[in-house]
Amino acid sequence: MAKEELHTKIHSQNLSLYYGEKQALRNIELDMFANKVTAFIGPSGCGKSTFLRTLNRMNDLIPGVKITGETFIDGIDIYGPGINVVNLRKRVGMVFQKSNPFPKSIYDNIAYGSKINGVTKKAELDEIVETSLKGAALWNEVKDRLQGSALALSGGQQQRLCIARAIAVNPEILLMDEPCSALDPISTTKIEELICDLKSSYTIVIVTHNMQQAARVSDYTAFFYLGELIEYDLTRRIFTKPEKKQTEDYITGRFG
Amino acid sequence: MKEHRKTAIGFMALRLPLIATVIILLTIFAIVGNFVITGAPYLSWEFFTAAPTNANTEGGIYPAIIGTAALVLLMTLAAVPVGTITAIYLTEYARQNSWFARTIRFAVNTLAGVPSVVFGLFGLGFFIQTIGGQIDEARWNKRMEVFEQTIQANGSPLAHGKIATVAEVQTYLTSIPDDDWSEQATKFSAFPRGTTARINDDIAKRYIASSVELNWGKPSLIWAALTLALLTLPVVIVSVEESLRTVPRDIREASLALGATKWETIRKVVIPNSLTGILTGSILAIGRGAGEVAPILFTGVVYSAQEGPTALTDQFMHLGYHLYILSTQSPDVDATRPLQYATTLVLLGLTLALNLMAILLRSYIRRKQAA
Repeated sequence: MAKEELHTKIHSQNLSLYYGEKQALRNIELDMFANKVTAFIGPSGCGKSTFLRTLNRMNDLIPGVKITGETFIDGIDIYGPGINVVNLRKRVGMVFQKSNPFPKSIYDNIAYGSKINGVTKKAELDEIVETSLKGAALWNEVKDRLQGSALALSGGQQQRLCIARAIAVNPEILLMDEPCSALDPISTTKIEELICDLKSSYTIVIVTHNMQQAARVSDYTAFFYLGELIEYDLTRRIFTKPEKKQTEDYITGRFG
Repeated sequence: MKEHRKTAIGFMALRLPLIATVIILLTIFAIVGNFVITGAPYLSWEFFTAAPTNANTEGGIYPAIIGTAALVLLMTLAAVPVGTITAIYLTEYARQNSWFARTIRFAVNTLAGVPSVVFGLFGLGFFIQTIGGQIDEARWNKRMEVFEQTIQANGSPLAHGKIATVAEVQTYLTSIPDDDWSEQATKFSAFPRGTTARINDDIAKRYIASSVELNWGKPSLIWAALTLALLTLPVVIVSVEESLRTVPRDIREASLALGATKWETIRKVVIPNSLTGILTGSILAIGRGAGEVAPILFTGVVYSAQEGPTALTDQFMHLGYHLYILSTQSPDVDATRPLQYATTLVLLGLTLALNLMAILLRSYIRRKQAA
């Protein structure tokens, strides 16, 4: 597909998911590459968020969910026996649709993950907080009020705080579930710039409703419809000459 | 016609809640006001610091205040941790429709509906007679082994299977240092065949062993507190459960997605965020427990005491029970009327203070969290 060397970070194979009797994902087969941004697009209820949540096993928390098939991260099946979900989630960070800072100070929000990983030294935590906030382009706005409540930040700042919190535990993969859907255009731009900065260090998978956003930030795009992966390719190809008619119809706004 | 109906409905929707509120407020003011006006003049330094005198018709209520405080404190120490842990299990860990969780829930609801006097009887039968009795018996058996050694030791008139008079045994027991057996020596004075009767070691032992020293197996502070804790447990469980449920799912997910375990999430995110609910629920439960009299009737409260309790096995006075005594069991009900008003005022003050504390605590924590 591309000239440069691609390293497959995540490989899902034959993955199906059921909410009780209802099948929400059908035999998904997909490779996501290291240091690339992969975007999932598709109409509401197509399974793109559900699929994203299979990558750090967040669906485990929902009663009645059954998953079949495999998902490999660096060649290891994360649904296989002997996998520690807690360790998996340390490697696969997540940013949610609605910003969800803890009702604690900005500092404590960022330090939370490191503290549960056993970091206790103040100097070390200080450094983690600073680098994470800088990494999420929030440092300059909050450096004077790190002990202030995270809930006092604006929506866009809160979402960047959540990104900073996710990267503070040094994950390899960053999952983003419609991270800009509740934000204004200026905040959205900031997050998008951030995603482009972060991809050199992380494998990023983003779910978005906004097709322009997918076109702007992603290298690869997967189009989901009714629980199936319809088409997956380089983003520019998906948006310029999609192979499937359904993809073209969706992208050109004929439905969705 | 239709317009009239609408106006009437509108009137009811707007005014009825207002009227209901006013009625409730007036009732509270009437109750509190009545006791403040009639009771306040009798409050004095002496009333708070002195023990009751002259068959509870004079003096103060100091032992009752201390007794109530000790009871409520112990009850809280028992009910809040157990209730909180149960609530955490039910909301966070138990599968909602599992057989076990449903059984616990059913038990909690049933417990909430049990009349408080039944708790009192249960406390008497279970805590005092069963648990307390077992403790006493075990302790007594140990002590009897020592007694056997004592009367068979060299120097005892009963050593080596010898026979002696009861009086000789008494003298021997009193001569033992530290007064260890003087109580038993005294007991021999009531020996059925008199102190001149001749007995051997076996008879001596059987005579003493037949009267178990009651220490835990009688009504006392600890059993009353535990009985009361059972009564307030459902209130604590339900209110803690409710406050745990108010913690939004998305911040739980945020914690889990950062690689926190379920327990870390509960400890660092769920509990801190429902702390106000846990605390206010607990305080309200305590307020309820502080006013209950029936459960402690058979389990530890006494008519009159000169001091507050100093050990877990002490009996104690209680404000609510004292009020009942003053108003119905006193030799001169009219003479105790000032005491009744003043005691009621103190009990009301205590309950209202607990409620006020709940409100202040909640707003303090909210402010701290918002800052």
